Parts: sequence; structure tokens; C-alpha cells
Amino acid sequence: MDFNDTPSEAKFRAQVRAWLKQHATPKINGVAAKRKLPEAQQLQAAKHWQKKIYDAGWACITWPKAYGGRGGTQMELVIWREEVADYDELDGFFTIGHGMCGPALMAYATEEQKRHLLPRLASGEDVWCQLFSEPGAGSDVAALKTRADPCGNGWKVNGQKVWTSGAHFADYGIVLCRTDPTVPKHQGITFFFIDMKQEGVTAQPIKQADGGAHFNEVFFNDAEIPDIQRLGEVGGGWKGALTVLMSERMAVGSLQATGFPELLSLVQRLPLEDGFAIDNAAVADKLADWYVKHAGLKHTNSRILSAISRGAPPGPEASIGKLVAAPMNQDINSYAVQLLGMNGMVTDPELAEKQAHFQKEMLFAPGIRLAGGTDEVMRNIIAEQVLGMPQDKRDDKDVPFNEVPVGV
Amino acid sequence: MTMVLTEAQNLLKDTARDFIQSKAPVAALRQLREYYKDLPEGSCNAAAIELGYSQELWEQMSELGWAGIVIPEAYGGLEFGYQGLGVVLEECGRTLAASPLFATVALGAGCIQEIGSDEQKQTLLPKVAEGRTTLALALEEHPRHTPTRIATCAEATDDGYTLKGFKTFVLDGHCADQLVVVARTSGGIEESEGISLFLVDANAPGVRRSRTAMLDSRNVARIVFDNVRLKSEALIGMEGQGYPALETVLDRARILLAAEMLGGVQECFERTIEYLKEREQFGTKIGSFQALQHRAAKMLTEVELSQAAVMAALSALDENSSNARLLASLVKARLNDTFELITNEAVQMHGGMGVTDELDIGLFLKRARVTMQILGDSSYHRDRYASLSGY
Repeated sequence: MDFNDTPSEAKFRAQVRAWLKQHATPKINGVAAKRKLPEAQQLQAAKHWQKKIYDAGWACITWPKAYGGRGGTQMELVIWREEVADYDELDGFFTIGHGMCGPALMAYATEEQKRHLLPRLASGEDVWCQLFSEPGAGSDVAALKTRADPCGNGWKVNGQKVWTSGAHFADYGIVLCRTDPTVPKHQGITFFFIDMKQEGVTAQPIKQADGGAHFNEVFFNDAEIPDIQRLGEVGGGWKGALTVLMSERMAVGSLQATGFPELLSLVQRLPLEDGFAIDNAAVADKLADWYVKHAGLKHTNSRILSAISRGAPPGPEASIGKLVAAPMNQDINSYAVQLLGMNGMVTDPELAEKQAHFQKEMLFAPGIRLAGGTDEVMRNIIAEQVLGMPQDKRDDKDVPFNEVPVGV
Repeated sequence: MTMVLTEAQNLLKDTARDFIQSKAPVAALRQLREYYKDLPEGSCNAAAIELGYSQELWEQMSELGWAGIVIPEAYGGLEFGYQGLGVVLEECGRTLAASPLFATVALGAGCIQEIGSDEQKQTLLPKVAEGRTTLALALEEHPRHTPTRIATCAEATDDGYTLKGFKTFVLDGHCADQLVVVARTSGGIEESEGISLFLVDANAPGVRRSRTAMLDSRNVARIVFDNVRLKSEALIGMEGQGYPALETVLDRARILLAAEMLGGVQECFERTIEYLKEREQFGTKIGSFQALQHRAAKMLTEVELSQAAVMAALSALDENSSNARLLASLVKARLNDTFELITNEAVQMHGGMGVTDELDIGLFLKRARVTMQILGDSSYHRDRYASLSGY
């Protein structure tokens, strides 16, 4: 294992640093101010930044140059992410587009589509979303019911998706639909991409308990998709989507937020009854416990990077990151607001400590344990795919989808 | 120790449940929240200070006798005991019902009952019992519960006292008619000696109140006492000797708050179990998965232990047991931990729905976080339990 950059990686890092220093907005006192803007302004700022890095040749580092990328390595992408994280720039609006939708197009779209759509996605001109989950298909995504029925030269889509991040401003989305209900659930699904602004597609933001509204319900009402927007074989959607998603999940090399650095900086200056919080034995005990985990995650991440750097496929470490970091982030933020006492219960950013950072995180953190695969789904993956344990008995697996008993 | 409810207490519990479920469902809190959203921050004009609960609801609760449930019959109350008030608060906790019951009865009137003069009792308690006077305990001066750390002072004058200082996070402080103010008449800032209690008209000259909107959509106030002139009759109990009585009142209130928290715990737990029995994924009820069954069973053991602790503590209050103080810290620490566990698990097991505003679970999570702070967090009460036990 080698945590240090190779000479060529070091050279790349220096180039990135120099460019960012000249072109990116610095954080002021460690605060990423752009994240506090209203959503419409954030989107505008994010698009502006994406265009800037696209023009300078830093966008979508691992994508081929012909499709708007840099033609670089996975390790260079990781270096870019590490360096840009120190600046007040927004890239979250494109995570799904660049991480999932782009690779899906790369694998299945026609050459003409790729040359048209991928550069627009790389430059931030288009925003993409991912339409998989449904009210009845959460952890069990393959139970999705949104139908695509043949119609003329294409397909007619009807149904409902849910928890779709960014659907209310997205230009395109990748979508999984059931095209054959007479075969077992995993076999009757087809993968498409769809124009989110077209007729028959409606996005409805969902208000979250923390006050935000990042997710949407999306309704399809006779929305037509030309067959040329099909990604892969008819009935091959599940396997196709999974391949794209897994390769991306494995490639993610950035550290999941644990909340630890923020907690550490809080306890260093928070006065309790008998001195600063960090000097309190009970607080220090908790802090040490979390530090061990935080450091463990950091080193696990380094192992992944090391593997990527050598060109080897990363091991099961990749599924561990989210499973450890997300609940830890929830516990840490809950603990932070407790340390703040009743001040931690004031949510008005004008009145609350650090603009209510911990209050917001405390309410948002539970969602991270659910989004993109719940803790429970991640544990199933580890048990079945990493440890090779026998799969849980699933009655519906080999039954035609339309014969799966409902309400038993 | 009586660990089962009497027939009368059971009857009260049933009445309370029917009443609260129909008159103050969770939807009522949502209405209050919507209403408060648009009010300007820091409104201090008495007329603009809104109640934070439904006056009509409070009148009906008072007609049922709940405002006087622990007040002696001699002062117009029911003298029904703390187990009675406990079951009512538990039912309030199930729907997050906002009312002056806790601040007025458990905290404010509790002080008067404990060490008030007969005249103070005669004047105030019957009005409280009828629901005509509301009270608040102006205690905290710091974000974390520290009942001895009092800097607000009452300086002796020819005919009474002058009150100077400020209080923060006063429960119902923005709307109460009268305030019981904890102030120092002598002694150093951390000392329990020298603490006195005063009864202060909330609208007296020099009292300035401003609302602080909280995570749970309840309201607390910051109150400034700017040279408030008090008559000597305003003193509750003996000068400088208020702390032992205050501690007794706080211990009762901690136990009663734990009872309210228990209601929230049970409601979240039951809703979650129902969901596990209903929700289908992978062609089956998710409640059939052992991974979730074991977590549900773990939750049940925590809920049962918490319920037993609450019953033991309430019963200790009614029996005037010397154990009540220890039980107060035990039960508050336990319910803090249980409420956190159950609300976290409830959100997680409801999946994406758990983090929406539409589902009530998020409202319980918010109330849980606030009640975990009120009158001492888990670390405060673990520490106190250890000190009281001589560890």
C-alpha cells in the first residue's frame, strides 16, 4: 500500500492546485457560502463553474475527450475531487449525471447520441437525474411497476417514481420501466433515457423533515419515448443498470462525511459547565471512539485509492464506507446538538450557533442512511456478495411478476 | 411501590386518550406550526405574543380537572396524585399535544405548593386548578441545564426587592400570566445557598419577554428583568433557602416530563411496528425479515424497561419516597436514551418516508431532541445519579 502520489500523480496534483488557486472561489473561514444560497441560485452557480472547468479541460476527467472529458485516469479524478473540496464550489448537481447517467449513455447509447448528449452533460449545460425508486419499490427496486408499453416507433410510459433527486430542474433522466410483467421481476425491466421537459412528465418536490426539498415524486402520464432512447436490450434493463451503477459505486474514491472534523472543531471551543468540552472526560471518550472509526475509514479509503492507482479493481471496502460513515454522521450530529444544549434546538440560522450547521445536519443525516441503498441493503450486499453467504429465501424471485401474490 | 394502575387511574388514562386523540391530534401541532411560521422573530409586544397552544383546548383540559390534578383539595384541586398527572402527560406525549400543563402545573404551581405561604396558595392554586392562571418557571440562564448557576439577583430594598438579570429558554415563558423566578439573594454564582424564589407578574414594568422558536414548534422565551420592583410578599418560601424546594420540584418535573416522553416513545414504536407488518418488499412483509424482527424486539425491551422506570418514579412521588430524587435522574436519563433510539429506528424503518415532513415521525424526532435537553440531558443525569449514589 502506498499512500503517496506517484511522480506523475504529483505533477497532476500540482497542475490542479495551480489552476484552482487562480480560478476557484476560496472558502471564507472554512465556510462554503454557496451552499447556503437558495436552490435556483446554487444551480446557476454550479452550471457556471461546470462550464468554466469544462472550457479549461478539467470536466469529467475519466471520460474520453471525444465526449467532452479529459481522457484521464481514475486516480486523477480522485486527485481533482480532493483538491476541489477545499474550495467553495458546487458540484453536487452533477454527481448523478456524471456518475451514473453518463456511464449509462457511454455503455448503451448510439454514437450520435453520445456525441450530442455527453459534452452537454460534461459542460453542465444539461442536468440529469435517475428514476429508479418507486413508492412500492424502495429497497426492492426490481419490484418497480412503472410500465413502458410498445407504441408506434417507441414506448408509452405510465407510472410513478419517487425520491428522485433534482427531477424538478433536470433536463433528462435515466429510467427503469417494466416492459414485460409476464416474466420474473428482474427479467421484465428495460432501461431508457427520457426528456424530463417533455409532455406527460411531471415532477413534484417532496418536503423533507429538515425543511429542504431535494427529492421529487415524478409522474408519467402517457409519456412517449422513441425506441432509440432505449439503453440496452428489451428486458435487459436490470442487469444493464446494475452493471453501470456497480462500476460507479466501486469507483467512488472520495471519503463519505462522518461529521468528525466539525465535531472536533466544536468541542475545542465550546464551553461547558467545567471548562471546554474537549477537556471533559466523557466528551473526550466519545471523541476518541469516533476518531478511531474516522481514521479507519480514512485508511480504508486510502486502500481503495491505492488499488485504483495500481489499476486493480477495488475490493469490498467500497461498500463499507457508506455503511460506517452514514450512521456515524447521524450519531455525531445528534451528539453535537446535545452538547449545545437548548441552543442546539434553535433552528433559525440567524440566531443559532454556526448558522445552525449541526441542527441541519442532525435532521438531514438520517436521510443519508436511506438514500442510494439503505444500511440494510448494504448489509445484504456484504453478506451475500462479499461473504458469499446463502441468499435469503425470496419467494417472488422466480415467479412471473404479474403472478406475485400481493398482500400476503 | 405500586406498579399497576388503579381502576381510577386506568379510567383517567382512557378518558385522557379519547380526549387527546380527538381534540389534540398531531394535526393540531401542524396547525400551530404553520401559524407560527410567519410571525416575526423576537416579538415582544404582549399583544403579539401568541400562546403556542390552543386556549380552547386548555379550557377543556381544565374542565376535566387536569390543571388541578395534583393540587390539594383544600385549594380547589383533585389531589389525584402524580401517577394521575403522569398518565395524562403520557397521552399528551402520544400526539405531541401542546398545552400549559407541564409548565404551569408541574413547574410553576409545583413551587407554590412546595414552599408557598398559605396566602400565596389560597390566591394562586385555585385559579391554576380552574385553568384561569398560567405559570412559568424562569430558571435557566445557560443553554445547558444548570440549576445552581444563577446570576439573576434580587437586591433587598425598603419594602421588598429589585430583580435584575435575564433568563433563557423559559418554557411557556412568552405567554404565562405569572412567573416563578429563581434569583440569587446571596452567595456565589455556583452555590445552592442563597437562591430564592419569587412570584412575578409577567407583565410587571421592567419584564421584557421575547419568543424563541424551537425545533419542536413549541415556544420558549428569553426574559429580561430590568430592575423589576417586587414587594416583600413576592418571596416564595424563605430568603436564600429556595434551592432544596426547587430541586424537589425539578425532580417531580423530570419524572413527569419522562412520562410525556414515554407517550412519544410508545406512539413511535407502535407506528413503526404497524409499518413493519404492512410494508411489502421482496414479495413479503418487511416485518418477516429476522434482521428487522430482532431490532423490533430490542426496541420493545427498551420501551418496557422505560415504562417500568416511569411507573416506579411516579409511584415514588405519590408515596413521598426518599428514593424519588435518584429515580428522577434514572428515569430522565433512560427516557432520553430510549426516545433517541426509538425515533432514530422509526425513521430508518420507515425508509424514505421517514425523512419527509408529511410523515409524523419527523415531528416526534424533533420533540425527542428538545425533551432530551429540558431539565437535564443524559450526561447531566448520569453524573447526578452517580453523585447521589456516592460513586
